[in-house]
Amino acid sequence: MLKREVVIDYILECVRELTPEHDLPVVPDSNLIEDLGLESIKILDLLMMLEDHFDLSIPINILIDVSTPAELATALITYLENHHGLV
Amino acid sequence: MGLYDGFSRLAEERQVFQGAGLNPFGTCIDEIYSATRGRIGDRQVILAGTNNYLGLTFDADAIAAAQAALANQGTGTTGSRMANGSYGAHVALEDELAAFFQRPSAIVFSTGYVANLGVISALATPKATVLLDADCHASIYDACALGGAQVIRFRHNDAADLERRMQRLGEGARDALIIVEGIYSMLGDVAPLREIVDIKRRLGGYLLLDEAHSFGVMGETGRGLAQALGVEADVDIILGTFSKSLAAIGGFAVGNDRAMDVLRYASRPYIFTASPSPSAIASVRSALRTIARQPQLRERLWQNAHQLYEGLAALGYQVGPHVSPVIPVMIGTKEQGMRFWRALIEAGVYVNLVLPPAAPSGVTLVRCSVSAAHSPEEVDAMISAFASLRDQNILGTAS
Repeated sequence: MLKREVVIDYILECVRELTPEHDLPVVPDSNLIEDLGLESIKILDLLMMLEDHFDLSIPINILIDVSTPAELATALITYLENHHGLV
Repeated sequence: MGLYDGFSRLAEERQVFQGAGLNPFGTCIDEIYSATRGRIGDRQVILAGTNNYLGLTFDADAIAAAQAALANQGTGTTGSRMANGSYGAHVALEDELAAFFQRPSAIVFSTGYVANLGVISALATPKATVLLDADCHASIYDACALGGAQVIRFRHNDAADLERRMQRLGEGARDALIIVEGIYSMLGDVAPLREIVDIKRRLGGYLLLDEAHSFGVMGETGRGLAQALGVEADVDIILGTFSKSLAAIGGFAVGNDRAMDVLRYASRPYIFTASPSPSAIASVRSALRTIARQPQLRERLWQNAHQLYEGLAALGYQVGPHVSPVIPVMIGTKEQGMRFWRALIEAGVYVNLVLPPAAPSGVTLVRCSVSAAHSPEEVDAMISAFASLRDQNILGTAS
């Protein structure tokens, strides 16, 4: 059972870890690329971190239309609901 | 909104590198003198930024074969194989590739990119799950996107990580496609194929291996990494290109099941692309014969790889993890990389500047590639150029 707040908190923690070069505020609505300068490959790495932390398979396909941590959490939870009946 | 407004950030970034002097992402090699020599602007350079591993771009037999095909069959086929028909030479090359790999099935494509796109997109349907190495080439990612498969990445060259992700799939692992490369193009490192095959044997799945940079380079007869490690029977499909060791343009897939032939009718990138030109096919057929006949080319390539790798390491440069025909030299920042790359051209050596994210792990590197055609003196000249840049403190790191 995954709670949205838990997912978002962990996403924010990962994003901070992936952007050690700056101390910009990382919030749920930060644009991962435009605001935080996260390269596309790092967004894929972020997904791997989520897979390992929550011990789930999460295809990179869910990243279509994801540009913020909040959108990523929504996409992840929607995927899990549709494919595993989780959440 | 303007047509190109969405690219403004990219355009600004590129502008930084176009500001003064040569642009590493739009280099014009004004003249090519040989497999290893060319001219960029007013500078004669040793070409060490190619994929010409066996140095066959100026092979006399390949050129003669291409010239004859040009004269006898014309400049192009002007159509796709499905709609407009195959030439006899396309079919002959497929037979020769199948024989070379000792596999029942081979399909020729118009480029290496299209080979990956064609085979993988046809197999990676929306119902399929693909597990791919995180550092796989863009063509593999693009192919998966075109096919619509569910894509799971595993950490680069980390077989334990692949196994963990396979286990998470449960029963689904049995039908998953695992995709890895032989030699990776930027770091020159090699897939842990034995360990990956072991996982496949235990958990199932199908294994596709892209030998673009390892075909002609590894293995007793040049068939690549799978041959070198003795695991060819466990690799379902090998993908490759004609634009590296075979020194032309085109791509191929060879399969261990005759049924692979059905992809000709299911693969949109195969169906809707013009077929390779007769001259390209002819030079590839010639180069394939040369690879089979001249294992000494591979020996020379590896001698050169050792000479350059060890020479650069002895100078104190941080090089890649393995001796390989692809030798990356890690440089600090993008700006240092730019300065270093331009200074190398001034010193008479052309290599490739690779910035993140094209370079993995956020590093900036200059990618050197050796060829069997480089003479020991040319490799020494490359090492001397790197030595002079170190002595001039081009990177600005000396205290």
